[in-house]
Amino acid sequence: MKKLVSAVSIAAASALVLSACGSGDSGDSKAEDFLGCMVSDSGGWDDQSFNQSGREGMQAAVDNLGIEESLAESQGDADFKPNVDNMIQQGCNLTFGVGFLLEDAIQEAAEANTDLNFALIDSTFSDADGNPVTIDNAKPLVFNTAEAAYLAGYVAAASSESGKVGTFGGIQIPSVTIFMDGFADGVKKYNEENKKDVKLLGWDKEKQDGSFSGDFENQGQGQALTKQLISQGADVIMPVAGPVGLGAAAAAKEAKDVKLIWVDSDGYESTEYGDIILTSVVKQIANAVEDTIGEAQDGNFSSEPYVGTLENEGVGLAPYHEFKDEVPEDVKKKVEELKKKIIDGSLTVDSESTPK
Amino acid sequence: MTTDTSPAAPSPAPPPSAEAEPGKEPNLLQEILSGSWLVSVLAIVAALVLGGVLIAVSNAEVVEAAKNIFAAPGSFFSTLFSTVGDAYSALFRGAVFDWNARTTERAIRPLTESLVSGTPLILTGLGIALAFRSGLFNIGGQGQVILGATIAGYLGYALHLPPVVHMLIAAIGGIIGGAIWAGIAGVLKARTGANEVIVTIMLNSIAGYLLGYLLKQNWFTHTTSANPQSRTLDDSSHMFMLLPSPFRLHFGFIIAILATIFVWWLLERSTIGFEFKAVGANPHAARTAGISVSKVTILVMIVAGALAGLGGAAQVLGTEFKLTGGISGSIGFDAITVALLGRSKPLGTFLAGLLFGAFKAGGYLMQSQTGTPIDIVLVVQSVIVLLIAAPPLVRSIFRLPAPALKRKES
Repeated sequence: MKKLVSAVSIAAASALVLSACGSGDSGDSKAEDFLGCMVSDSGGWDDQSFNQSGREGMQAAVDNLGIEESLAESQGDADFKPNVDNMIQQGCNLTFGVGFLLEDAIQEAAEANTDLNFALIDSTFSDADGNPVTIDNAKPLVFNTAEAAYLAGYVAAASSESGKVGTFGGIQIPSVTIFMDGFADGVKKYNEENKKDVKLLGWDKEKQDGSFSGDFENQGQGQALTKQLISQGADVIMPVAGPVGLGAAAAAKEAKDVKLIWVDSDGYESTEYGDIILTSVVKQIANAVEDTIGEAQDGNFSSEPYVGTLENEGVGLAPYHEFKDEVPEDVKKKVEELKKKIIDGSLTVDSESTPK
Repeated sequence: MTTDTSPAAPSPAPPPSAEAEPGKEPNLLQEILSGSWLVSVLAIVAALVLGGVLIAVSNAEVVEAAKNIFAAPGSFFSTLFSTVGDAYSALFRGAVFDWNARTTERAIRPLTESLVSGTPLILTGLGIALAFRSGLFNIGGQGQVILGATIAGYLGYALHLPPVVHMLIAAIGGIIGGAIWAGIAGVLKARTGANEVIVTIMLNSIAGYLLGYLLKQNWFTHTTSANPQSRTLDDSSHMFMLLPSPFRLHFGFIIAILATIFVWWLLERSTIGFEFKAVGANPHAARTAGISVSKVTILVMIVAGALAGLGGAAQVLGTEFKLTGGISGSIGFDAITVALLGRSKPLGTFLAGLLFGAFKAGGYLMQSQTGTPIDIVLVVQSVIVLLIAAPPLVRSIFRLPAPALKRKES
């Protein structure tokens, strides 16, 4: 408590100094009152996936918007409700839940505390039958990653020398399979346009069935799955499994001439495997979190779902980095063209998992 | 965790026949269980001190103050004590009584939260303690909890029955689920001599993946949601609340009290319980005395699994109201710790379950208000177990004689 008090007084003092300098920024007086909170799922803050990205967004808001933060890491599913409840007791103005598992905890809390705001990352709200519902003081942040994965699928197919590309997921949930659906369609698009027959291993979009490592932790499993894909001839692989992807990277590095497509963050920067990462399907969770906090701070919070798309840059394709010269110019052009088409709506990427 | 490997420790030295093996395990178990209550209390104190050191080391302000320790020793110690004090007072406020709360209800709620967190630990811990007393290492609490929760949860939303009846049927389903799961290990041990440690651990994995599979099947989950989770349970299947709204204390806690009394009665007052303990103390002597060791083994595992299954049922019917892949959390493993800390006595297990429930409930507040990593709470818990298990382990490894007077207790 003392720490909080001292931190608040420092913030207040610096606000005074700033206004004395004549900046006259009206945002500062609100900032010190705003408490942003976040509850992780059992992946923890260092999961190299959505918990970590969410945490980075919160940190950015602390740095740029001057809010106070409070974080709680869950160790199991039974921790969600108590953790969210603690946030409410602290009077958090805006509480984020990370992941679909927190849907119930956040939904319950939002319904019971209509004076506070809530947000849920990577899932929408639904009733007992699974039908979507809207809650006035809770905002879902979801990402149409199929759009960016579509572009990645096109690049992957164009870069494959063996004529086979592969993918696998962590657990078969919508936020994972949406990547795989987009990837599959991108490969298909390449085949149609170029009269080629690049095969996709590890995911069948029609049957909605494919390879999964079973969790978001076991890197050894990711390594084994990747070796299988490589032995079947795949030379561009997209693991959609958080840190399990590091196992895939190890296997890809061991085999010669196998490239990876990273997901969630730009793998060139977030991993040590930049030299084999062709590109990444980026999901800007951190930006969405920071923006949502900013809106709430300005009193503009809305329950309107945030859907990250290519258009609002909530999802996107990372630069090619070391493969800049290897990806042919016409492919790069084509990808830009497809991106424009998706943004202007003349091309839609369908997935069963598309957030509605 | 340290206790998992303990049966293996003494065995490599002599070249034992398959027959001699089972006699070896209870010896070590007895040593762990016969330590005095003082050891438990001292272990908790020592663990809290060690936890305090870790809290201090992981805190940036303390580390900063430590750099100027010679220039300003006073400020270092005041920072040190206020940081550790804040963390532990938050732990206490989250677990027992929150004097900073806005309302009276909120002030006393933490205590009930500790009871809520403790309930599944007590039930599952009793199952593990019972097996320990009978000379069986039941490491399969996790799997038994999962099966119990799965069946209780499924009955909770698949059936539509009047209140109370629905809850009882779902809870009985949970008991049966856990009993079957542990029974498999019991039968394998009794009929084929398969080591129950290995079998129960493997059954944990099987239960986890089985639930993972079921949650992907729409016929099982009764919902169209594409996420791996079930439909929310019917209200009629919920374990009813003992207190009004902000409190979450449910009927499961009463069940935990009743189960504790039942296990005490079973072990101390019933004939079958006497057989359980006789087999646990010395299977060879028990066999000579005319007790069917294989029957007892199967029965012990079934009762142990039933208790753990009830723990899973309490979790899903009392607090979670929905099946998810992580429904069991780490209850099955924490319960081993609880049983050991409680010296495998019913009352001891009950109290240890409450202590661990308090750690859990307090950990939430400590983490969110003081920014202390939640791992510290886990470290404190683990250190307690380490210290409790260590003296007899050390004695057994170095072949030191056990204190003579301790023997008679079990």
